Amino acid sequence: MPVVEAQDLHRTYRTSTGTLRRKWMDVEAVRGVTFGIERGELFGLLGPNGAGKTTTIKMLITLLLPTSGTARVLGYDVVKDPREVRKRIGYVFGGERGVYERLSGYDNLRYFAELYGVPPKEIRPRIESLLELVGLKGREQERTEGYSRGMKQRLHIARGLLHDPPVVFLDEPTIGLDPVGARELRATIASLADAGKTILLTTHYMFEADALCDRIAVITRGEIVAEGTPADLKRTVAAGTVVEVEVFGVPDGLVERVRDLEGVTSVSVEEREQAQVLLVQTPTDVELTHTILGTLDGANVGRISRREPTLEDAYVALVSGE
Amino acid sequence: MKALRLLAVGWYYQFKMISRSPFEGIGQVLYPLFFATVAFFIFRASESPRTLLYAALGSAVMGMWSATSTTAGNAMQRERWHGTLESLVATPPHFGLVLLPITLAMATIGIYCLVATLALGRFVFGIDLTVEHPLVFALAIVAAVTSFGALGFLFAVSFVRFRAAWALGNLFEYPVWLIGGFLVPLVLLPEWVRPISWVLAPTWGMSAIREAALGGSPLPDLLLCLALGGVYVGLGLAMLERVLGAARKRGALSLS
Repeated sequence: MPVVEAQDLHRTYRTSTGTLRRKWMDVEAVRGVTFGIERGELFGLLGPNGAGKTTTIKMLITLLLPTSGTARVLGYDVVKDPREVRKRIGYVFGGERGVYERLSGYDNLRYFAELYGVPPKEIRPRIESLLELVGLKGREQERTEGYSRGMKQRLHIARGLLHDPPVVFLDEPTIGLDPVGARELRATIASLADAGKTILLTTHYMFEADALCDRIAVITRGEIVAEGTPADLKRTVAAGTVVEVEVFGVPDGLVERVRDLEGVTSVSVEEREQAQVLLVQTPTDVELTHTILGTLDGANVGRISRREPTLEDAYVALVSGE
Repeated sequence: MKALRLLAVGWYYQFKMISRSPFEGIGQVLYPLFFATVAFFIFRASESPRTLLYAALGSAVMGMWSATSTTAGNAMQRERWHGTLESLVATPPHFGLVLLPITLAMATIGIYCLVATLALGRFVFGIDLTVEHPLVFALAIVAAVTSFGALGFLFAVSFVRFRAAWALGNLFEYPVWLIGGFLVPLVLLPEWVRPISWVLAPTWGMSAIREAALGGSPLPDLLLCLALGGVYVGLGLAMLERVLGAARKRGALSLS
């Protein structure tokens, strides 16, 4: 039986516009998400901003009620048994918020250890070992208002693990961190997976999901559009080719024009120093380089190359909905 | 036992947080002093030294009430701004055990107001602060602080669901000064106001503190004050699950 299972989860928000004559509308943030995570698995929910990752995770950790569908964690229903679920899960949100800035790192952990019901005798050693794990030893008596973003993020991780939960939810834990901090945090996540924790990680960094996850579900516009191991996902576009065209100043409407070309699977633009790189995916047997160049009239074109698709290309193809 | 421990630890860390803000702290001490000064000048017209003690205690409890009524809303708002409200809701205990220490910590700040106001009365206005029943006086202060915290808890429950409800705290601040009998005796108020005064714990807390200080029978007032505090907590707990359910349904917990 999966440790975490979501079955046809839907979540709709009601929102309004206008002041005097209010117009109400429903926004579907999650539309029928279904997946299961096995014990000890590191499962990635990968998608762009606004895809429904955080909404999904918030339903699983009992902070949001699903509009319809069911979700269970370790056999407990997230709607009917929220307290049983909360006892058994840890969660970490990305970003700087969520810590008491006027308290020290140690006091933050001490307060939450009490809230999570850690036995009094175990609190001190537990906090000490977690401070070691996340690399905050020696800084724990400082107020967190002086912590860097990375330190706050690591404090979040320590807090999420205080009660040694078997299931951990990590919502974009490396967002906004510098490369070194992000790498250290990924190493910590990997060590949690090695320790047998079941982990749900949301991220929009392809390489992060590739490096850490046993399985990945790609979510976009509230729906899961692909699910499998990183290798499975790569195979979905392995038969294609990526044409990279360096352009200095992408003209208006270019992306749409290229996307409309027959044989184009997906198009995206990447910023590289002064230039933008147009990434065009096509099936292997389709040669479109000259046609693409034909649509670039007037633009300054630099280097042109062809290569095999990466996992990131697979992700772009999936989330761009082609 | 576990619940008591959680309340105590929660109170300690919340109190530590509030008392670490020098600006808020100074405000909590200075603000009631202005009212106390005005009250002392007004009541100085009376020849009786006990009238000045009456005014001193009234303005002290005014400060205590202000510290609770306005800050209960601010406390919830602060949890939202810091993004910690979701973290607290996501913990396993009943949310009442998480929320109550926050408002009790706020009410405890009211003791600063009381001490500062009485010290002003004693050292600046030379008021005789002799109290008739010191032990019951101390108990009455504890009862008042506890019941103020309980009323703050009831406010805070609504603040969990409605972001803008903190404004209600401000709205309640001044009317309760009047209908709680802090400076004006309740007998001077219209008949129809009195039932409202009776359901407010601050009325009985004020009365218990005065009776203990000026001589009288403070125990019934003290017990009523505590009982009303219990009713507020009971009401708050009864509403809390529904309020949290509504906040989870509407996705209101993460809003700041």
